[in-house]
Amino acid sequence: MNDQAIITDMPNRISHRIDVNSVGRSQKQQSLAAEKISIEVKGLNLFYGNKQALNDINMVIPCNRVTAFIGPSGCGKSTLLRCFNRMNDLVDGCTINGEVLIDEKNIYDKRINVAELRRNVGMVFQKPNPFPKTIYENVAYGLRLQGINDRRKLDAAVEKALKGAALWDEVKDRLHENGMGISGGQQQRLVIARAIAVEPEILLLDEPASALDPISTLKLEELIYELKSTYTIVIVTHNMQQAARVSDYTAFMYMGEMVEYIDTNTLFTNPKTKKTEDYITGRYG
Amino acid sequence: MNKIEIDHHISRQFNEELEDVRNRVLTMGGLVEQQIAGAVSALIEGNSALAEEVIASDYKINSLEVSIDEECTQILARRQPTASDLRLIVAVIKTITDLERIGDQAEKVARIGLHLTRFDPPQNHYLELQDLGERVRENLHDALDAFARMDTEAALHITQEDETIDHEYDGIMRQMVTFMMEDPRVIRRSLDIMWAARALERIGDHTKNICEYVIYFVKGKDVRHISLEQMEKAALEKR
Repeated sequence: MNDQAIITDMPNRISHRIDVNSVGRSQKQQSLAAEKISIEVKGLNLFYGNKQALNDINMVIPCNRVTAFIGPSGCGKSTLLRCFNRMNDLVDGCTINGEVLIDEKNIYDKRINVAELRRNVGMVFQKPNPFPKTIYENVAYGLRLQGINDRRKLDAAVEKALKGAALWDEVKDRLHENGMGISGGQQQRLVIARAIAVEPEILLLDEPASALDPISTLKLEELIYELKSTYTIVIVTHNMQQAARVSDYTAFMYMGEMVEYIDTNTLFTNPKTKKTEDYITGRYG
Repeated sequence: MNKIEIDHHISRQFNEELEDVRNRVLTMGGLVEQQIAGAVSALIEGNSALAEEVIASDYKINSLEVSIDEECTQILARRQPTASDLRLIVAVIKTITDLERIGDQAEKVARIGLHLTRFDPPQNHYLELQDLGERVRENLHDALDAFARMDTEAALHITQEDETIDHEYDGIMRQMVTFMMEDPRVIRRSLDIMWAARALERIGDHTKNICEYVIYFVKGKDVRHISLEQMEKAALEKR
């Protein structure tokens, strides 16, 4: 009996006998327990004045993966995201207890250099916010702040960052034009280039595609997929389908609590809690 | 709209996932084809070892059905496919069910083959089963080909071919009944031959279903349970 089954006469379609053991269930089944950890959150509670916004959050963010936070408005997902680079420090009356560990050091420790933290943990916001400078200067800004002024070093770093943000080909001939004169999708990628120019470990994206058209959104998602091999990415999105497309792990939050946090495949096909199921199937409210 | 492209998505990963699902279906189809060929050979030659190998290999097909189903469910959940992408996933989910049934029928033929080793073979050495088996296997091969090439004309042609298979099956049944009436000693062997022919005819029916899914995927028209003339119109119509 012939050992190979020939499906068509096109040589690239000859199918070999399968090894059933390698054709196992869910080859892409991921488990948090098996992942290397980037951020660890321990017993985190956050208050805006007297109002509790985050309630006893315990979770880990895995390295080089995309983790998404979803949930209804006001559930605390952006608040939790902002805890990872201490942006909440800038909010009057905000108090925190608990720990957020990055590289096993609590970032709320008094000895932490917050500017350095924010270099290492970059952030992209919903509305693209390039500086009113040239495209080149937008990307070079962070490097200049670090004291790097050598022209060649800056050129190389700017090019690397713009390539990393999938923007180089579109702007390489107009680096000295104003960064605010490009399209929304391009501005968002410029902002990402600015963030990655200073070589962070982690990127926080707060609804990065909300202001973008569908095609720009898909291109941005494709970029996120490529970025995760270099950075750890946490994304907040109110678009569940986006979370389903782009993330490896998804956390569903509700009223300041972490309801369910599991790999994306499982959350969207077989969630464990009714609250999660109600939210993602649109039975909420 | 004339031609479907299943690649060129902005998301490269989505492309890969779709391509992967298609390839795995074709792999499963190839395996099933091998099972049919093996089962029919084993029966005709009285080869017990081959028959047992076919029976023992059925689990691989079942395993693939489960695994591909899971992959399709995840694609539906994560990618929210639309239009031809959605029809592809729906067609795949249905196709693998029919392929798994074909696998079961092939296993049945192999079991009958084992059973038949207890009797002397007839003078024509099961020639009618060999013909029917070869025709059925070739039809499945062509159907998988039509799926791979997204060729609705080929799919339509195979559907029409199924009538020939049905005629051949009827012929075998009539012949066996005649033999049984002439000589009661051949009843047990003839019954086995009839069950084997029935299993092969069922494979033909499942293959026809697969062709209907190909037409659904490519043309967006559900051609199940309609007349051949209507199906022909749907399959050959330009969209």
